[in-house]
Amino acid sequence: MTLALISEPHDTNTTALVVFVTLFGLVTVLGFVAVRWRQAKLDHLDEWGLGGRRFGTVITWFLLGGDLYTAYTFIAVPALVFGAGAIGFFALPYTIMVYPLAFIVMPRLWSVCRANGYVTPADFVLGRYASRQLALLVALTGILATMPYIALQLVGMQIVLGALGVEGDWPLIIAFVILAAYTYQSGLRAPALIAIVKDTLIYVTIIVAVIYIPSKIGGFGAMFDAAEKALPTRDTPGALIPAGANAQVAYATLAFGSALALFLYPHAITAVLSAKSAQTVRRNTALLPAYSFLLGLIALLGYMAIARGIDPSDPNFAVPDLFLNVFPSWFVGFAFAAIAIGALVPAAVMSIAAANLFTRSIYKAYLRPQASGAEEAQMAKIVSLLVKIGALVIIVTLPTKYAIELQLLGGVWIVQTLPAIVVGLYTRWLHRWALIAGWAVGMVLGTLMAASQDFAPTYPLELFGTTINAYTGVFALAANLVVTLVLTFVLRRAGARDAGDDTRAEDFDELAEDAVYPVRGAPAPVA
Amino acid sequence: MKEHPSRWWYALLALPLVGLLYPPLYATRDPEIAGIPFFYWYQFAWVVVSAVLTLVVYLATRRR
Repeated sequence: MTLALISEPHDTNTTALVVFVTLFGLVTVLGFVAVRWRQAKLDHLDEWGLGGRRFGTVITWFLLGGDLYTAYTFIAVPALVFGAGAIGFFALPYTIMVYPLAFIVMPRLWSVCRANGYVTPADFVLGRYASRQLALLVALTGILATMPYIALQLVGMQIVLGALGVEGDWPLIIAFVILAAYTYQSGLRAPALIAIVKDTLIYVTIIVAVIYIPSKIGGFGAMFDAAEKALPTRDTPGALIPAGANAQVAYATLAFGSALALFLYPHAITAVLSAKSAQTVRRNTALLPAYSFLLGLIALLGYMAIARGIDPSDPNFAVPDLFLNVFPSWFVGFAFAAIAIGALVPAAVMSIAAANLFTRSIYKAYLRPQASGAEEAQMAKIVSLLVKIGALVIIVTLPTKYAIELQLLGGVWIVQTLPAIVVGLYTRWLHRWALIAGWAVGMVLGTLMAASQDFAPTYPLELFGTTINAYTGVFALAANLVVTLVLTFVLRRAGARDAGDDTRAEDFDELAEDAVYPVRGAPAPVA
Repeated sequence: MKEHPSRWWYALLALPLVGLLYPPLYATRDPEIAGIPFFYWYQFAWVVVSAVLTLVVYLATRRR
């Protein structure tokens, strides 16, 4: 099979498997029952695709946390720390920086989307710039960046199934068919409910791990000492502390660029828009750092694996093998279920987000402008199935390497929508054709740079006689912004007209009281 | 019409970026705390500090 890249022989662990299957069964039931939760007619895209925009602070916290911290994160971040050391730790400053940025920008996006009935960022771009082309590009970028991300959730699930000694593709296919079925039926309500279970399992697993495992490896001091000894001996030598300008610039730009990209992903915006008020979004960005702390601890699992002498054939098995080594079977089942269920929530939200984008910006914009709310919801449900099947086909037929490379490119791509979406929240000065040109330059340049480095995340740019080794996405975004600004200036000087703007200044006021929003466009959700 | 809170409070949110975007500031092993290198505990500390800052800004810019 093509899954060879991340397979490693493991004995079947019956106790762990029973616990795993039981927990998986529990969330399956939840997924289907979710349709009755805060029941409403799911024949409107606001209801199926945004849960009726009614989620309060607590549900939004679980949903956003469950959505942003994916199964692949739990596997890949400690795997990178295990294999390369400090550079893998960039995930921590990344998630620290992302919330202050989101605190400023996301409530504003929520407000304008709520006031105008926008379901996706592409809806906002269409309303703001009256450009179907720009909206289409934003939607396509979102779908393109999301597909490999869904595929990687399958990789996360595959790794824990492999570690449990489960062979073949069938368990994975069954799990995904179940996921597809309840997402189709319940929409965003399913992952919102399952996220509560997922996040609880993850918190318990990690808290137990960071209390229990250090006692087995001689404490945190011994752990860092072991890592400091082992990392320089890797094939590509790693380090406990990033030393030298190259490593440090890479570290900072990876963190910053990833932070800029995260809330542009359709699945992040979908979860934000499902909140019931701008206040809910603001409150959440102040509460979400709890997950950042958790992520930092998860990253340290990579060093714990080193200190414990774990020697997997593939670094992705570092954490699963560590758990198998130190925990009793029943807790291994619990922890692995946490990771696998951790794949379900993001995969569901991502497929819903991609489906919303397709339905609004391609189906309704180009194929069936007269589509009713019910038709939109039906189309989105079907597309959510197709998106998942696509991800499954990618994983079962192509080497995992491609999904990982595509996901890296996805980050470089999605950040190219920043000028249209984020800058667009503050000013209409940027011209739609300049935004399109900037987007194109960023996409092409970012893709070529990444390909030239064999899809390593950084690019060594020769500039003014020195080499700057930074995250490709940051370079591509810089080029995008320069082109957009210069062209806008030229177009404005040449007297180019704007096509129109549906939004009003007061739509953007994220500090306004929620009641003042006059809802236009889609019908208001029933309270 | 209630008074509109000032968005100047948002400037506080630049602090985590200042603290983290320049790694030479913290890419060292010492001073350690309980065997944890500075590089690691410094960043963990920023999780807490940035959460507190965001909470302060949230409370300061809330409509009362």
